[in-house]
Amino acid sequence: MALPQIKQDATDARLAALEMPQGGWSQAAREDALSRVRSMGLPGARDEYWKYTRPDTLVQPDAPQAALLETDEAPIFGEVDRLKIVFVDGVFSAEESDDLAMDHVNIDRLADASDIHWAKDVYGVLEARGQTPVQRPLAALNTAFATDGLLIHVTGKAPKPISLIYRHASETSDAILHHVVKVDSGAELTLLENGPAAARFNKCMEVEIADGGVFHHIRAQGRDHERRAVTGIFTRLGEESVFKSFTLTANGVLTRNECVIELTGDNAVAHVAGACVGDGDFHHDDTVFITHDALNCESRQVFKKVLRNGATGVFQGKILVKEGAQKTDGYQISQSLLLDEDSQFLAKPELEIYADDVACSHGSTSGAIDEEGLFYLRSRGIEEGPATDLLTIAFLAEAVMEIEDESLQDEINGRVEAWLSRRRG
Amino acid sequence: MLEIKNLHVQLEEEDKQILKGVNLTVEAGKVHAIMGPNGSGKSTLSYVLSGKDGYEVTDGEATLDGEDILDMEPEERAAAGMFLAFQYPVEIPGVGNMTFLRTAVNAQRKARGEEEMSASEFLKVIRAKAKDLKIDADMLKRPVNVGFSGGEKKRNEILQMAMLEPKMCILDETDSGLDVDAMKLVADGVNALRDEGRGFLVITHYQRLLDHIKPDVVHIMADGRIIKTGGPELALEVENNGYADILAEVA
Repeated sequence: MALPQIKQDATDARLAALEMPQGGWSQAAREDALSRVRSMGLPGARDEYWKYTRPDTLVQPDAPQAALLETDEAPIFGEVDRLKIVFVDGVFSAEESDDLAMDHVNIDRLADASDIHWAKDVYGVLEARGQTPVQRPLAALNTAFATDGLLIHVTGKAPKPISLIYRHASETSDAILHHVVKVDSGAELTLLENGPAAARFNKCMEVEIADGGVFHHIRAQGRDHERRAVTGIFTRLGEESVFKSFTLTANGVLTRNECVIELTGDNAVAHVAGACVGDGDFHHDDTVFITHDALNCESRQVFKKVLRNGATGVFQGKILVKEGAQKTDGYQISQSLLLDEDSQFLAKPELEIYADDVACSHGSTSGAIDEEGLFYLRSRGIEEGPATDLLTIAFLAEAVMEIEDESLQDEINGRVEAWLSRRRG
Repeated sequence: MLEIKNLHVQLEEEDKQILKGVNLTVEAGKVHAIMGPNGSGKSTLSYVLSGKDGYEVTDGEATLDGEDILDMEPEERAAAGMFLAFQYPVEIPGVGNMTFLRTAVNAQRKARGEEEMSASEFLKVIRAKAKDLKIDADMLKRPVNVGFSGGEKKRNEILQMAMLEPKMCILDETDSGLDVDAMKLVADGVNALRDEGRGFLVITHYQRLLDHIKPDVVHIMADGRIIKTGGPELALEVENNGYADILAEVA
């Protein structure tokens, strides 16, 4: 079926501005992805899946300019013992990165991986699976045109986290990064990510977790006010495997974080959580799709948003329980704390269930600061500002506590506190 | 210490007068009790004194050590030495009890220009005080009042009082929802804080609590006024005869 003209034009214009990297093992996957983009077309304002978030600035040929944030705040995760890998405007920086060698983990660059590569079983494969039942053309665009990224093969328990740092250096940078992570049976990795990456950032990460594999992901998206980002995580979980992802978003004019999870092995566990704090020109969208396709799996979605001065939060979260996925335990909560009447939260929770022995719950709320709680704290001598902050951090706690490592929870809370105290001046 | 003169208060949202000229003086080192039937304005008095929104003072004044407190923010009153033990302590999910208390203690110290308490010093002090109130480490770690039983919540209020060391303590129906043992524990906690520099205003429906916290003065409040003041025997009179006689007497 032909695309609507407006979509066709927008897609053509975007594709004309891009150049596909040539040769190597990923060529076929890239060509396939390009044909997916051509048949789907890039997202437009009329698409149902983009009803609450305008995709135009993510689709237009050039990245809108984004000023660099000037801050003397030390970058997050600085105290963590980690393997550091730095990208500047989406380009790997060998100079600033640690040596890419670590026990039980093989790390290659997407840009220079050799001809025969394990990643071809994953690259573009999980993304392509994630295109049904809902289309995600910007992820396919990423697979086709990604210029850099990492191929991480985890063969055992990684001795320390891998920490990806995305520096933003140019006001007009437009970065497309694609990572592939393969966690072998019984292997374990914690992946940290932080930084704004670029003026406009399209990131895709495919994570294949074999039976008994464990993958933890903790991310803090950069605070540059004008940056834009569309990110996609595509993961498939084997038997008794664990996937846990948490994202903190503070600032950024536009963020769309998609997470597509497929539970294909029995007794697998997938948690995805997000805390965001937005002030003013801030639009944050969490879009999650979890498919239960095995017995006795558990999934949790916990998303909390603090919004003020006209900021907008969006949540689209779906749990699909396929026929036969008995004993599914699905939980979904999305809540916003609106600090004034100008801010808004749009939520679309969905459940689609084809098995009869499952427990799925979902809830969504929007509210203001609890006046009773505020008075209680103030009556104990805590000033209104700090008391409000304390209640705000408390509001985010359920999401932050999805991070297993308590010291990383503290890191995230520290960032939220700093953000709040800056707002109070 | 606490001086209330001709205090008139109405609700902000509706034109309803709750306090109609309360006069009351609590001296340092003394325990005053206020008893009275439901709807007499006891809890309103405690909220107005601690600065809760929703009430409008239309006449009169309230001072703490000569300082007008009615124009102060709740946190300023707290720093000045006012403390309200809530009838219904508020649950605050996500804020650890210990974090809350340390933030409160140091906020008050800071407001008074005193040095903040170090983490280790705070820990030492709170452990000792918690032990007296049979509050275990788990309760200190848990979010404020979340999942606490009625008795635990009230003990937690007294722990806060003990940590904050206020000059003027108002206890709003601290006995409600407590069994006999829990009441004894709470009363012991309060009695341990009795001190010649500290005043207490104990609001209660029942004489029971006053068996444990012996008052110096008992006031009867009805329809927004203190209608009778006497010694501890007044509480016994209420216990035996109810409020009807007293109400009839002043009518």
